Amino acid sequence: MAQFRVCPDTGFFFDKSAESLIKANAVAAAVSLLIAGVLALGVILTRWQEVHLLPADLFYQVLTAHGINALLFWIIFFEIAILYFASSTLLRTRLAAPRWAWLGFALMIIGAVMNNIAVLQGNSSVMMTSYAPMQAEPHFYLGLILFAVGALIGCFVFLGTLVIARDDRTYEGSLPLVTFGALTACIIAIFTIACGAIILVPTWLWSIGYISHIDAAMYRVIWWGMGHSSQQINVAAHVSVWYLIIGVLFNARPMSEKVSRTAFLLYILFLQLASAHHILVDPGISSEWKVFNTSYAMYLAVLASMIHGLTVPGSMEVAQRAKGYTKGMFEWLRKAPWGNPVFSGFFLALIIFGFIGGITGVVMGTEQINIIIHNTIYVPAHFHATVAVGTTLTFMALTYLLIPLVFRRALFLPWMAKWQPYVFSAGMTLMILFQLGAGTLGVSRRHWDMDFTGAMLSFEYPGTAYTLMAVAGVGGVLGVLGGAMYLIVTVGSLLFGKKLDQSAGFLQSFGVPMPASSYNITQPERLQMAPKLAVEEHGSAGFEAPGTFVLAIALLVCFVVYYFINWDYLASVWPIS
Amino acid sequence: MSSFLPPSERIWWNTPIGKQEIIWIGIALVWCLIMFLMMPYWHIYGKQNLSNEAYQTTPAHYQVKVDEMVAKYKVGEEAGIPVVKPPAGSDVYMLGRLWQWYPILELEQNQSYRLHLSSMDWNHGFSLQPVNINLQIVPGYEMVLTVTPDTAGEFTVVCNEFCGIGHHLMLGKIYVKEN
Repeated sequence: MAQFRVCPDTGFFFDKSAESLIKANAVAAAVSLLIAGVLALGVILTRWQEVHLLPADLFYQVLTAHGINALLFWIIFFEIAILYFASSTLLRTRLAAPRWAWLGFALMIIGAVMNNIAVLQGNSSVMMTSYAPMQAEPHFYLGLILFAVGALIGCFVFLGTLVIARDDRTYEGSLPLVTFGALTACIIAIFTIACGAIILVPTWLWSIGYISHIDAAMYRVIWWGMGHSSQQINVAAHVSVWYLIIGVLFNARPMSEKVSRTAFLLYILFLQLASAHHILVDPGISSEWKVFNTSYAMYLAVLASMIHGLTVPGSMEVAQRAKGYTKGMFEWLRKAPWGNPVFSGFFLALIIFGFIGGITGVVMGTEQINIIIHNTIYVPAHFHATVAVGTTLTFMALTYLLIPLVFRRALFLPWMAKWQPYVFSAGMTLMILFQLGAGTLGVSRRHWDMDFTGAMLSFEYPGTAYTLMAVAGVGGVLGVLGGAMYLIVTVGSLLFGKKLDQSAGFLQSFGVPMPASSYNITQPERLQMAPKLAVEEHGSAGFEAPGTFVLAIALLVCFVVYYFINWDYLASVWPIS
Repeated sequence: MSSFLPPSERIWWNTPIGKQEIIWIGIALVWCLIMFLMMPYWHIYGKQNLSNEAYQTTPAHYQVKVDEMVAKYKVGEEAGIPVVKPPAGSDVYMLGRLWQWYPILELEQNQSYRLHLSSMDWNHGFSLQPVNINLQIVPGYEMVLTVTPDTAGEFTVVCNEFCGIGHHLMLGKIYVKEN
């Protein structure tokens, strides 16, 4: 039974059903991103006080849908595609239970549509977090539950595929690092969905009247077990994609398999504790609990990210130095393919995720510092650095890799693709930095009117806050433009991109497999272990990647300085005990 | 290419780790421990720490306490909301409801007060501006903290947890008088 085709450019083997599912999930992700991006424009143009585009009810409605489509639907559809790629394609194995995988996909689609309809109808503008006792329509919760069940099926299809690969011995030795990272993401996803079920199922029953009361504090604790952990799936997934991209572009191997894998293990063990970040100023939760959980048990998950922060660019540096880019500290980086959006997207995501997202996240997750940051616009600024740039830009970069590989199309408007990561990250960075500033001045998140028009009492933010929000508005619009460029390139490539195989037609772009004749391989050759490395030294002073080490130290210095600046700021507010 | 190929060593966990990685892991671990210890350190030596004092309550029960304080210490009214001046060192109460912080408090500079906060309906966010102290106010829970306003002037409580269509109308006031 022939069911594999081999990619003539890369030698990847694609299982017919896995390939169709990857396409379908990727297309659903792109549609979600389109919705989220259009809505983002409404949000940012309303928060820009001089423009103040939308009326209050529409603003909260748009903000709810923006958050859910961007943070849940876009990301998780894409992650399911990554799980299938990292299992079936990388391990050269057939996908487990493709019918179940399609069922999962169908449930995700139904759930996403149902939830969007609920928000569109107008009685479910409760924000992504839907804090009880504020209540949405029952199908708001039901949509999320169905989506999560679908995603859970995807996780089990991934795990089943790993088992099949192991039983059929489709690869030698251990799992590749990228698949190992995807497995990390999958394990965190199962924990996340379990938390989601524990809180959303009772909340749904409450919304239809079967349960009389949902405790507001308990809701927050458990909801964030899902809400924060779902962002940790992203971290594990996009770090895996970083390893994949440096492998494809530079033939890079991890500096040390042991170190990188241990770092992933630390994610599994500790990242989930981070739901505490959201309840640091809540009543009824003890300081001991907050300190232990908010720091992921002594910052061991932060340690893991700092390790990846060194080993990802470090592995790339080692590979580049081996190719002869050995001049000075940074020739390996200067001579990198900056015009290739796969590279520039990945590297900008890495830098912005680490320097802005990572540092601000740890600072505001410090128990006491959270007092000066909780629920200010600093918070969305932080998670736009981690998710909207770190994860999203990584997935965009991966898309540019997948379009020729999976969809067998050349990129449409390559010049636009070349500029896209720069426009997107410049816009987003501008927005993020200025929102961080506004948050420090106390500007609230999820707030329609910083003028408080019509309130019985009055309050004025300092003039600087308005300026900061206006510049953030400009940045946000630029970011949306960068997102639009991504969608133009992606959709354009699927519709009008040059076909790399004659068989790749219009329908093939949307999940329909290519003609049977393409799939002429019954069983791919077994995947061999990576060749052993001849011992060579390219770095200096026993350092394989000195340039990366300098970058890492720069990160640490920024981190330390910014961390203590915030303690200093905290020390200036009213004493509370 | 081994980032997406099986590792070149079957027993990959026995391969030696490079010097650079060891040094970085060491530095990062030390930094992580410093950050961890900063939080207990601040509990002992810092002045901005939330108390662990909180009680389960009901809106009706909490409302009674607020009303008692208002009846006892009311000194005026602003925009229909009573202004209350409780004695220094006493228990003062504020509640959040759609869409109002109630009542307005008048405090003395450099005096300590036991501030009680709760919500009558949904989640609200107590965001004291321009001091920038932000607390989550959860219905059914009464949070108690000791505050010592060390600056005088007019301070505003902005609601910074989304609480429906009138969220942006929800302001409160705390006046701190020099003494």
